[in-house]
Amino acid sequence: MQHAPYWLVVVLLMVGFYTMIASANLVKRLIGLGVFQVAVFFLYILLAKVRGGTAPILEEGIALYSNPLPHVLILTAIVVSVATTALGLALVVRIYHAYGSMDEDELVQHDNEVESALAARDARVLQAPRKAESS
Amino acid sequence: MEFGWGAHLPILQVIVVLLAAPLAFLTRRVRAAWLIAFIASAIALWIASRLLIQVQQDGVIVYQLGGWAAPMGIGYHIDLLNAFMLVLVSAISTIALPYSLRSIENELSAHSQPLFYVYWLLCVAGLLGILATGDAFNVFVFLEISALSTYALIALGSDRGGDRRALHASLRYLLLGSIGATFIVIGIGLLYMMTGTLNMMDLAARLPAVEDTRTVHAAFAFLVIGTGLKAAMFPLHTWLPDAYTHAPSATSVLLAGTSTKVAIYVMLRFLISVFGFEFSFIGIHVELWLLPLAVLAILYGSLCAVYQMDAKRLLAYSSVAQVGYIFLAISIGSAAGIAAGLIHMFNHALMKAVLFMAIGAVVYRAGGSRLFHIAGFGRAMPWTFGALLLGGMSLVGVPFTVGFISKWYLVTSSLDTYGLALVVFVLASSLLAALYVWRLVDVAWFRPVMHERELQEAPLSMLLPMWVLVLANVYFAFDSDLTVGIAQRTAAVLLGGAP
Repeated sequence: MQHAPYWLVVVLLMVGFYTMIASANLVKRLIGLGVFQVAVFFLYILLAKVRGGTAPILEEGIALYSNPLPHVLILTAIVVSVATTALGLALVVRIYHAYGSMDEDELVQHDNEVESALAARDARVLQAPRKAESS
Repeated sequence: MEFGWGAHLPILQVIVVLLAAPLAFLTRRVRAAWLIAFIASAIALWIASRLLIQVQQDGVIVYQLGGWAAPMGIGYHIDLLNAFMLVLVSAISTIALPYSLRSIENELSAHSQPLFYVYWLLCVAGLLGILATGDAFNVFVFLEISALSTYALIALGSDRGGDRRALHASLRYLLLGSIGATFIVIGIGLLYMMTGTLNMMDLAARLPAVEDTRTVHAAFAFLVIGTGLKAAMFPLHTWLPDAYTHAPSATSVLLAGTSTKVAIYVMLRFLISVFGFEFSFIGIHVELWLLPLAVLAILYGSLCAVYQMDAKRLLAYSSVAQVGYIFLAISIGSAAGIAAGLIHMFNHALMKAVLFMAIGAVVYRAGGSRLFHIAGFGRAMPWTFGALLLGGMSLVGVPFTVGFISKWYLVTSSLDTYGLALVVFVLASSLLAALYVWRLVDVAWFRPVMHERELQEAPLSMLLPMWVLVLANVYFAFDSDLTVGIAQRTAAVLLGGAP
C-alpha cells in the first residue's frame, strides 16, 4: 500500500500521455501535456515527503521535516510548464487563424494538399531537359 | 578562490548572453537588437575560447554560484568536453548572426525582426547554460529556456505571408519537445530520489552504491529517451524535418548547427559522466539499442532525403541521418568511438551550417527553397552554389573536407568492434548522401530557370559568413589536430578508468 501514491503518478502520466497521442484536437493535446506535467510535480512532491515529518520551518522542537528542495525544484518546473502551455495556446490561436481549424487531422490534410501542389510544380523541374548552356 | 574577472568566466559565459536578451528587447530596433546580439555572441565566443585554453592548461574548472558549495548550491563544471562544445555553439552563433541580418530583413516583418534576435539570444543562452552547468536540474531549466525560444524562432517562419505550416511545425515540436523535457525531469527526479543530490559529480560518486535498483534503471531509460527525443534520434526524429523546413532560414542555420548536438552532449554527459561508462555500456549495454537505431536512422534519413523536393527538408532528413552517424560512433563504446562521435558532432555542425546558409541565400533571391526555386540558379549565384557544393562534398565525405575526417575516424574506430560489415555500411550510406547532394547540384546547374525572379548573387553579408564556414570545412580537414586532438583527449578523460 505504501506505493499507492506513486501509482497515482503513473496513472496521471498515462492519462496525459494518452490524451496527447489520441486526441486530434490541439487544445486537448495541450491539456494532456498539462496533466502529464502535473504527474511529474506529484512525483517530486511525493519523494520529498518524510513519514511523520512536519513542514520544514526553522523552529524549536522540529527535528523531523519534509525535504524542502524538491518543492523548490518543482516550483521552477511549474513556471516552465505554465510558460510552455501559454506558448502552446498562443500557437493554437495563430493556427486557428491561419487554418480555420485546430484539428490535427485537418491540419495534416491541409498541409498535404499544399505539399502535393508544390511537389507537382517541382516535378516539372526534374522532367525538364538538362541543358549545358544557360539561357 | 581568486577575485578577478577570470574566475567568473563560467557564469559570464551564460549570463552575458542571457542579459543581452532583455536588453535587445528594450531597444525595439532591428539594427540595435542585432548589434547587441552580435556583441554578446562574440563575447561568449571569446569567453569560451578562454575557458578552453584554461581547461587545457589547468584541468577542470569548478565554479560555485554565489559561493555556495557544490552539494547545496549550483556548481558549474567546465571540463574539456563542454569547453569544446561551448566554443562550437558560440562560434556558430557568432558566424550566423551577420548572415541572418539580411536574411531576416527579407523574411520577417519589421515588427518581428527585433524579437527574432531576442529569441536567438535566449536560445543561445539556454544552450550555453546546458553545456556549462554541472547540476542536473539546472540542465532541465536551461533546456526549457532554449526549447521555448526555439519554438518561437520556428513559428516566426509564418510571419509576413510566410508559410503557415511553420506554426504547425512549431506546435508539434512543442508537444514532442515537452514530452522529452518532462522525461528528463522524471529521470532526474528518480536519481534524486536514490541519491539525494543533483550535482553531477556527486551523482556519479553515489550512484554505484544503488545502481542495481529498478529506480536507477528507470531513470536511465527516461533520460536516454528524453535526450534522444531532443537529439532527433530515430525514431524520435519526427519533429525535426518540419521544424527545419518551415523555420526562417537563419533559424535553420542555428538549429542545425547547435541544438541537436547539445542534446547529444546531454545524453553523453549522463551516459558517461553521471551513470559511468561501466554502468551504461558494460552493465546495461546501451550500445545494443543505439547501434540498430543509428543504422536505421542513417538508412531512413538518407533514403528520405533522396526523394525530397524541398532543399531545406532534404537537408533536415540528412541531419537525421548524420545524427545517426554520431550515435553509431558512440555505440562503438570505446574511447576511439566516442572521440569519433565528438569529431563528427563538430564537423557536422560546420557542414550543415554552410548548407543551410547556402539554401537561405537562395531563399533570399528566389523566394523559396524548393527545387522550383533552385532550378538553373547555379550560374547566377556561383559563390552560393560553390559553397553548397563544397558543403555537400563535406557531407558525403570527400577527401580534403572535414566530412572525410569524420568518416575516417568513424570507420577506423568501428573496425575493431564491429568489423568490416559496418565499414561497408558507412561507405554505402555515403553513396546515398552523394545521391541527394547530386540532386541539388543537378537542379541548380543543369535544369532551366523556372521563374521570373532576377538572377543575382547573394549579398556580401550573407556570402562572407558562408565562406568563413566553407574555409573552416577545409581548414579543419588539414589541421585536424585541433578537433581530433581535443576529441580524443576528451574521450580518454571521460572514460577515465574504463578499459
